[in-house]
Amino acid sequence: MNSTIAMITFRSMLGRKRALLLLGLPLILLVLAAILRATGNNDLDVSSNVLQQFGLATLLPLLALIAGTGVIGPEIDDGQIMYVLTKPIPREVIVLTKLAVAIILVTVFAVVPTLLAGLVLVGTTAEVTPAFTVGVLVGGVAYSAVFVALGVASRNAATIGLLYALVWESLLGSFAPGAKSASIQQWSLSVTDALTSASPVESTVNLTVAISLLAAVTAVATFLAAFRLRSLTVASAD
Amino acid sequence: MTELILDKVSRWYGNVVAVNGVSMKVGPGVTGLLGPNGAGKSTLIHMMGGFLQASSGSVTLDGTPLWQNPDVYRHLGLVPEREAAYDFLTGEQFIGAMAKLHKLPDPAAAARRAIGLVEMDYAADRQIGNYSKGMKQRIKMASALVHDPPVLLLDEPFNGMDPRQRLQLMDLIRRMADEGRTILFSSHILEEVERLATHIEVIVAGRHAASGDFRKIRRLMTDRPHIFLVRSSDDRRLAAALIADGSARSVQLTEKGLQIEAVDFQRFTWLLPQVSRDADVRLWEVSPADESLESVFSYLVAR
Repeated sequence: MNSTIAMITFRSMLGRKRALLLLGLPLILLVLAAILRATGNNDLDVSSNVLQQFGLATLLPLLALIAGTGVIGPEIDDGQIMYVLTKPIPREVIVLTKLAVAIILVTVFAVVPTLLAGLVLVGTTAEVTPAFTVGVLVGGVAYSAVFVALGVASRNAATIGLLYALVWESLLGSFAPGAKSASIQQWSLSVTDALTSASPVESTVNLTVAISLLAAVTAVATFLAAFRLRSLTVASAD
Repeated sequence: MTELILDKVSRWYGNVVAVNGVSMKVGPGVTGLLGPNGAGKSTLIHMMGGFLQASSGSVTLDGTPLWQNPDVYRHLGLVPEREAAYDFLTGEQFIGAMAKLHKLPDPAAAARRAIGLVEMDYAADRQIGNYSKGMKQRIKMASALVHDPPVLLLDEPFNGMDPRQRLQLMDLIRRMADEGRTILFSSHILEEVERLATHIEVIVAGRHAASGDFRKIRRLMTDRPHIFLVRSSDDRRLAAALIADGSARSVQLTEKGLQIEAVDFQRFTWLLPQVSRDADVRLWEVSPADESLESVFSYLVAR
């Protein structure tokens, strides 16, 4: 971990318009939660559904995509990464720092809003709120690692990430049950499922499998990102 | 003594060869890497800076390979060609961050020293995004100097600078070299290289075309057939006189005037007025037809 790299990354992530993007989605979730509560539509079924569909399945992957690719992709694109790479710093330290920043951003802009929305909707009934908070957090770590790796590996990281989140996880997941098991979203849901007694939360993936897969994906993605950054070839105009 | 050694270095992208079997030694002092745009200068500098793997051959700094070896950056400073720095930081924050990334014992002092070296103190608390091109170039220079490296690589450092900034940067580079540093900079402008570099390496189309001090390179570039376009009061008579005199290899009568291929640049420019006076021909215009750097380079390659 390198505090200087973290400082620069935070400033570039929060200094620009991207900060508004980061803030927009969680605000919508919170407003939605407040409206549902005010209109009395906050029974356990509806609330779990909102937390799952909006918090876990939409807010989380999108925020992780913005944060994960944003902490490193643009820097590689416009060549600023040269200033970090021309220092005697092991590449894995750079990747771990970028990943830590992404996870902190996901925590602030997805995990905390999910927690707040849960509290507004159902309080702590049936442990729904803590369960989703933990689910979103572990999912956030895995998503961040995958998207940071994508950001290092490809100039089109945001597009590929979006396709994965939208097409693979959401669309294919609803058609092909097999594809459903191979998604970070389902593994996070499995963790959530294990933590709450609320019946609407139902996962198809076994908890042990889910946790091992989350850990494996995180580790492999982080390793690949560091490996790729070691031999990052800076495109030259010449 | 710090020496950067390239040994039969090639680099290709797919089927395109960007650098082809280049061997050179870069030692203390200022070395200019001269070549037209697209010759492979940046590719070479990227390999010297450890940002690109040579497809074959080796690039070493005092015996240590540069590729995948972040420790070499303790001894090496690199000024990239691209303008992008962290625009949201002030100059001082940027250089301070670079000093911290180098884990220098007193980063703030090192940053102030580096900013002082490039004379950017007056703008140190302004955001880099608001800097002019020349200021950005200088702050980039400071970022490469902050850890006082013995080797400095600069990729097209004079691009986009006005003449005054150019002179300032040349002074700075000379000062750095006088302190015993090994400095290499790339440029496609002969003038810049000639004024600054004590040693010149010429790269054309990915190949090492020439190497030496600027007098040698200058000679190589002038001792070649030169083509002049001459308009006079009587082209035909002048052509006859020139052929008879022997200072021109060939003379061609064209619509626009005489196209003359001279063997010896200096002898020809000295003889032409005499020949025309003796032949009683008035010269209206004498202009070199192939003085572009590209033609000079292509001559060097063909040699």
